[in-house]
Amino acid sequence: MAKDIIKVEDVGMKFNLSKEKVDSLKDYIIKSIKGEISYNEFWALKDINFTLQKGDRLGILGLNGAGKSTLLKVIVGVFKPTEGKVTKKGKIAPLLELGAGFDQQYTGRENIFLYGAVLGFSRSFLEEKYDEIVEFAELEEFIDVPLKNYSSGMKARLGFAIATIVEPEILILDEVLSVGDAKFRKKSEKKVMSMFDKGVTVLFVSHSIEQVKKLCNKAILLEKGKIIAQGDIEEVAKIYESKTK
Amino acid sequence: MNAYVDNFKKYRGLLWELVKKGIKLKYRRSYLGIVWTLLEPILTTMVLVFVFQNLFNRDNVNGVPFAMYILSGRLLYTCFSGGTNVALRSIRANSGMIKKVYVPKYLYPLAGILHNFIIFGISLIVLVLGMIVFKVKPTWHVFEAIIPLFLLFLLVLGVGMILSTIAVFFRDMEYLWSVLLMLVMYASAIFYDAEKIFANVAEKGQGYIATIFKCNPLYGIIYAFRRTVLYGEGINYTDASFIACVCVSVVSVIIGFVVFYKKQDDFILHI
Repeated sequence: MAKDIIKVEDVGMKFNLSKEKVDSLKDYIIKSIKGEISYNEFWALKDINFTLQKGDRLGILGLNGAGKSTLLKVIVGVFKPTEGKVTKKGKIAPLLELGAGFDQQYTGRENIFLYGAVLGFSRSFLEEKYDEIVEFAELEEFIDVPLKNYSSGMKARLGFAIATIVEPEILILDEVLSVGDAKFRKKSEKKVMSMFDKGVTVLFVSHSIEQVKKLCNKAILLEKGKIIAQGDIEEVAKIYESKTK
Repeated sequence: MNAYVDNFKKYRGLLWELVKKGIKLKYRRSYLGIVWTLLEPILTTMVLVFVFQNLFNRDNVNGVPFAMYILSGRLLYTCFSGGTNVALRSIRANSGMIKKVYVPKYLYPLAGILHNFIIFGISLIVLVLGMIVFKVKPTWHVFEAIIPLFLLFLLVLGVGMILSTIAVFFRDMEYLWSVLLMLVMYASAIFYDAEKIFANVAEKGQGYIATIFKCNPLYGIIYAFRRTVLYGEGINYTDASFIACVCVSVVSVIIGFVVFYKKQDDFILHI
């Protein structure tokens, strides 16, 4: 019996876009008296349904503005969906925008514990894995330097090392397999592949159809917030390719 | 309810990390570091004592050295203003994190308030030193001071949660709050004797001023704190100011959590 790791049911995400820019209270009062405050309802996602089982690797395809990132944020829990619900089991490693929880004034060492705590790891666990993280990120010499003096590649390496130190059940990738130099890229790809072997469930967003085909076995194609095709990667990729031609 | 407790347990480590970060970064790169926690209240009290002793000829309030009277009031007021300001800015200051990873959002104002309260706790050492220097003898009532301190924590927490929510939708709150804080400061009897003022205004038939003071929860807290620590008397539990500060503190916590809880899912759309 296959276990549902992620279940997305009838998810919709609505944003209110105000037609006119209201910057100040004065503007607001004047415009609301005149009755000019109106919102454009905008559904960034609508009627999204899919289920992922353990070991599924889902590619999320779509043109810019199709709702891919919004969907990831709903799944991670940053956005609360306007309707529908998302249920997920197990630990998520969100590899999107690496190092979102970093503090610039903190040193690399302190950031490992801070970002680790953001991802929900206990301190004792992090202490145990500390050397492994530093080694993987190749930052032994710079670990006591404040993060603001790091290069962007160094930050990305540290973020990647912390986020992948656990064996997560769900891995969320948002074009992050391009961090660091070629050497680190190979290393991080290898790490991700080793997680695949352990049966991790993956959500992958990319514009590179080749990369998606290489990594994923299932795909959904989003257009204007709706799923227009889902299923086997080859079929969905064909539809996507015909759309982009 | 259980789900909330479980969730809190899961993120306890993060709360602690955030509190530590607040304390560590507060004085990082300053030469004296954490010593400023003690030095700052000593220096500001010296300024106030200098001003009031020389310009207004004050040297004690009902037998308590004026420096101690000011110091006790200032410490509590600084805790209130610092804590509410940290909470006010907490959501926007952490917007980078909120936009990218899921973390229960109340952790941010709560961590800010906790780190501020810990620094306040350290700064109480100054009060102990002052009592030794000015030979203010404590009585066993000093233990009762835990009550006003607890009320202060509740008040900062409640007001902080309310402010942090408002500030997300209404940025002007930052500026407005600094003005309101000044009003609270003057209505808290930090550097003058409130009893004398009450007597004065009563003569002039402006008794409402005394009512305003007594409704100010911070006045009640500082008054109770001074009674226990400096005057060696117990808290006057039936005084209007004490009842007011208990009510306001408890109500503010309830309102704070309800408002925050109801609005937190909309934060992301406004930061």
